[in-house]
Amino acid sequence: MDLTLSEPYQALQAEIRAFVAKYGHLSPKVGGGRKRPDQKTLDWQKRLLEHGYVGRTIPTEYGGAGKPPDIMEASVIASEFARANIYAGLTNQGISMLVPTLLEVGTDEQKRDYVGPTIRGDLIWCQGYSEPGNGSDLANAQTKAELKDGFWIVNGQKIWTSSAHYADMMFLLCRTEPQASKHEGLSYLLLSMKSEGLDARPLKTMTGRSEFNEVFFTDVKVPETQIVLGRGKGWYVANVTLKHERLMIGDAGKMTARLEQLITLLHTQEVDGVKLIHMPEYRDRLLRLQGEVMAWKAHNLRLLTEAANGQESGVKRMIVKYGGTMLGFRLSSLAVDALGSAGLPYESLGEDAEDDDATTWNIDYMYDVGLMIGGGSNNIQKNIIGERGLDLPREPKFVAGMR
Amino acid sequence: MDFSLTLEQRQFDDSLRGFLKDRLPLDRLRLLAETAQGFDEDLWQGAVELGLPSLLVPERFGGAGLGVLDAAVAAEALGFSAAPIPFAATMAMAPLAFALCATAGQQDEYLPQIAAGEVRIAVAFAGLAGQTGAAKVTMDSTLHGRIDGVMDAAGATHFLVFGSDGAAALVGADDPGVAKTLRRSIDRTRPLIDVTFDNVAAERLDAANDPLTAARTVLDAGRVILAADSVGAAQTMLDRAVAFAKERVQFGRVIGSFQGVKYPLADCVTALEPCRGMVWYAAYAQDALPDEARLTACHAKAHVSDVARDVARMTTEAHGGMGFTDLLGLHYWFKRIGFNRQILGNPERCREEAARLQGWLPA
Repeated sequence: MDLTLSEPYQALQAEIRAFVAKYGHLSPKVGGGRKRPDQKTLDWQKRLLEHGYVGRTIPTEYGGAGKPPDIMEASVIASEFARANIYAGLTNQGISMLVPTLLEVGTDEQKRDYVGPTIRGDLIWCQGYSEPGNGSDLANAQTKAELKDGFWIVNGQKIWTSSAHYADMMFLLCRTEPQASKHEGLSYLLLSMKSEGLDARPLKTMTGRSEFNEVFFTDVKVPETQIVLGRGKGWYVANVTLKHERLMIGDAGKMTARLEQLITLLHTQEVDGVKLIHMPEYRDRLLRLQGEVMAWKAHNLRLLTEAANGQESGVKRMIVKYGGTMLGFRLSSLAVDALGSAGLPYESLGEDAEDDDATTWNIDYMYDVGLMIGGGSNNIQKNIIGERGLDLPREPKFVAGMR
Repeated sequence: MDFSLTLEQRQFDDSLRGFLKDRLPLDRLRLLAETAQGFDEDLWQGAVELGLPSLLVPERFGGAGLGVLDAAVAAEALGFSAAPIPFAATMAMAPLAFALCATAGQQDEYLPQIAAGEVRIAVAFAGLAGQTGAAKVTMDSTLHGRIDGVMDAAGATHFLVFGSDGAAALVGADDPGVAKTLRRSIDRTRPLIDVTFDNVAAERLDAANDPLTAARTVLDAGRVILAADSVGAAQTMLDRAVAFAKERVQFGRVIGSFQGVKYPLADCVTALEPCRGMVWYAAYAQDALPDEARLTACHAKAHVSDVARDVARMTTEAHGGMGFTDLLGLHYWFKRIGFNRQILGNPERCREEAARLQGWLPA
């Protein structure tokens, strides 16, 4: 065990610190997201690309810096930007999911057309996976596409499509081989959100905002060549996407940032003239969370080291989503309780302006519940942890009456 | 940056676990618990042969010159087997105390004996560690007072006593004026000793520039070791519950296929696995990150104790009625976790210290 950085990483760290000192004032505000990047953000993204702080491992012919993958470098970059509270670049489903997938299984043409514009932030993607009837059971997707005269004709419905209301393109998991088995009947298509017959309707959530959409397809025409890897390969491609799921380096950083905000909040907020930090009930909750965040940070260091050494982390990795979202909710819960009755006035301004602190905490508090459900719900995560992690037997399968 | 155990650490861990598996099967543990005076010569000799007492003794005194992290790795293995070996005090805190508080002459005299397993030193805190019960001494050239509930003391040849100001003194366990009462504890494998000192001639360890800081450094190392022990003990309980859930059949199915059993076990591993990293980090901090040493020790002791309690409860439940019986012996680990929780300051006390360290208490 040695938590000091070796020389090349120290050099990278120094380089980033110099970059931050020189250009930091041009950074957009950290956070935000869930809206189309503005010009300031696009300019910043371009600068980060030029320095290789984003798109670092993407080949130069597709607009990246062409460096070999190095998890420690990625970690140094992430932690330096977090430390300086500087915007670390766009994160969206196109960049974190579609780009690595295309780089692995896309055609040269697909890579040329899509990778560069996507990492620059010019091309925004949304993900067409979940359906009203098929959430956790993703491979059961029923949106269908039939090949006619050189076009895929798509019919069906997707749901939980974040950013569909401003996205340019969608990567879509749909059923093209109805006679094949569940997993072998799927294909992965890339299509324009401006296609005729495509209707994206905002889906209002409990936060009062529309973070998601429903997308309806009525005879939507998609050119035949817009398929990734080939017919019946959709499930494989979707799993390539999962394989490339980024190591959640950011998460411990996000938790630490939230904890710091909470510490400040408990030092400023008062009840009847007494600071909350001096009230044992509040202080104890903060201390417990501080311990939990500490454990989680150490766990992340462990995962990072294993990834750097090319080791599989097994159950240690499987617990991250479940444990992390639960801890996130406990953190935002204490913030909401620290704000107390003064935190009840709630006006979300949506994408037009910045929300006040109380509203922001309340949005986080509710959105955290969404995070427990999205991306493989926590109840599914517990099945995965139990069955794949602890090798406990699966639920007995009942014979399906319909498909 | 490398947050993992070295090959040497993993090899040492393997050999220690092999030794414990071999020498401490459940029937042996049961026998020790039933007859026990809290010290077993056979296990002690084995520990000496493996070099456990020499881990934290510097090399120039015949030790291995290793750190708290290495000791934490050993402690997890000991907790995994519920081994009644006086490790936390005698093999971790005592050598550290000598390194920090003793004069060169005292180090020359005692550290080689500690490394060789020729002396066994129990460490007792009067008022620093946050223990309930009697804990008050006065100390000059003699030691006077009483400390209840001293751990790792049943086979001790000496008591190393820290006063509330961090002053330290060493007395022989059988010196005139030392009166010991053995108290069977909730953990039958580890009795406690109530000890009174009646103007006992004491050898002061007064070479530390800042005795209070030195005493707390010793205490923090002990807390990290106990947290590591609880991680090991909780891991045993989880492993056994998982194995049981794969075998036990009810309603025509193995019970591990029921989500009512599967989910609590998933909760256990989700909470427990990060505790292992937390203990490593806290132990490494004792060795290499002085600014973080105190806070990480307090938090590791507190958080791991809480998680281990939950794991102990849920894994016992997973065994159904058998988990509640004496037959399975699961209770030895349940009780070990309970013992570790209270000794050297429980979570409530440790968090209070964490608050004080950060200036979070009202002036």
